[in-house]
Amino acid sequence: MNTCAQSFETLILRSLGREFGARLLPSGLDITLCDQVFLIASGLIWNIYFAILALALGFFLATAVALGKASPRAWLNRPARAFIFLFRGSPLFVQFFFVYEALVLLPRAGISLGDITLPTQWMTRAWAGALFVLFLNTSAYTAEIFFGALTSIPKGDTEAADAYGLTGWRKFRRITWPTMLRLAWPSYTNEAIFLLHATTLVFFSAFPAWQQMGDALYYAQYFAAQTFNPFIAYPLVGLYYVAMTLAVIGLFGIVNRRLNRHLPRAARARFRFRPQYIR
Amino acid sequence: MFSFCSDPSSLPDWQWMACYLTTGSHMALYRSVLVVLLLLALAAPLALGMGFLGAMAVRAQARIVRVIGLGYVSMVRGVPDIIFFLFVPLAIDQGVEYARHRVLCPNWPDPVRQGNDFIVCPAAKMPLATDPAWMHDVWGFSLALFAFALVFGAFAANTLNGAMAAVPRAQLETGEAYGMTRAQTFRRILLPQMWVYALPGLSNLWMILTKATPLLFLLGIQDVVFWARELGGQKTGHYAYTHPDWRVWYFLGVLVFYLLLTWISQKVFDRLMIRLNHGQATSGGEALRKAAA
Repeated sequence: MNTCAQSFETLILRSLGREFGARLLPSGLDITLCDQVFLIASGLIWNIYFAILALALGFFLATAVALGKASPRAWLNRPARAFIFLFRGSPLFVQFFFVYEALVLLPRAGISLGDITLPTQWMTRAWAGALFVLFLNTSAYTAEIFFGALTSIPKGDTEAADAYGLTGWRKFRRITWPTMLRLAWPSYTNEAIFLLHATTLVFFSAFPAWQQMGDALYYAQYFAAQTFNPFIAYPLVGLYYVAMTLAVIGLFGIVNRRLNRHLPRAARARFRFRPQYIR
Repeated sequence: MFSFCSDPSSLPDWQWMACYLTTGSHMALYRSVLVVLLLLALAAPLALGMGFLGAMAVRAQARIVRVIGLGYVSMVRGVPDIIFFLFVPLAIDQGVEYARHRVLCPNWPDPVRQGNDFIVCPAAKMPLATDPAWMHDVWGFSLALFAFALVFGAFAANTLNGAMAAVPRAQLETGEAYGMTRAQTFRRILLPQMWVYALPGLSNLWMILTKATPLLFLLGIQDVVFWARELGGQKTGHYAYTHPDWRVWYFLGVLVFYLLLTWISQKVFDRLMIRLNHGQATSGGEALRKAAA
């Protein structure tokens, strides 16, 4: 049995590895409520890691793909559409499995390029492989949102840009892109929330939780299986997630206010909770 | 399956493949596709029904019903649904067994929760330990189905509530002007008109439901993901059909299956939207009128 302070000390960073806390997870009758609170909180580190990096990287790819889909040139348009269809039309769960099995097939010793060998083992680990899938997945969903925003940029805005003699990169940077972001931001907030929710799938698909380094839901399921009592661990994850969702709404709200700061209050786009739920 | 399959080790490639793809376990894989489709076919109407009840509850006059409805609808917000898929079946399983335990074994001496164990009397087990295997399968599937209906019912309630609110107020006022009761206005005016507003949301929901079906695997049901993992793994000399690790190909197949499913659904929904837009006072209906003229 751990005291509450002991649980905090040994478990709060446990999801980062054995070196950062207890070697073995609490098990059986030794499990206290504090254990559950802190170990599940520790798992949130991974959820936040996946969500932030996938969103940040995906933002750029999504912009590129959205521009590709909006482009009249077939060699840009077709691949962009195919990419979006591939990742939005299939379950994220199956994407995880597929990519994991594909990565496992890479030669174990590494790929040799002349003198240097590129190691491949790290790619099958969740921190890299699952991040890669989430990055591509959120890029596809975000690209669709950005594409919708691109097509609904008011005609007057682009005509005004033409009238001022803005072309090419400058027009995109100063007019098209900020307006696209402004229009897309409420939906993008939803995307961020549901990407955060989707990170719970990582350790339930193919990616193994190496040395029991898992995310919040992984630990919650561990506790539910150990104590055979689902009524504490799962509501706890639920609570943490409600708090994180509120935090995301708050953070994105700040950005939304900045993007809309030139507009009168009534004309600003508001966030509406319109979820994509599962992918 | 085929007559030439008796000795797989000495077959030419195409015959080997034909035999391999028709083994008993592959037949189980094809049946699991039907399980997925069955879940979709049952969960969609159930969820729609739950959603309908939820939406009616949110709009009810009695405050207590409204609070329950709002609680149900907002239950799924902010919490990943996979948590519900893990939590609901387990909670219901324990709830049902506990209720049966109280009714069937009133004189049982031991407490149900002993430390970390949940022990009910043998007669209260659900299904009974003596029941055949298929009863256990059906029970597991029903729990999964209920979890899906509960979660997607809450989503559908959101959509339907929005659709009901989107029907122009003037339409309802016309009904009232003709002296219809609340129930009559609802049945004759609101209900037929709300679907065109609900369809975009519902089609989105259907897509999400199809993409949620691989989560059946997490509930311990032998679905396509389960069989893809089983069959794809490396088969060594102990097996009649030996092959290296083919899981990536099996998952590619599963991926294509889901892509086809969503693609076909999209086509069907596009058709349905055109049907529903006919003669409606919406921009979609207007576009149809213009195209015809």
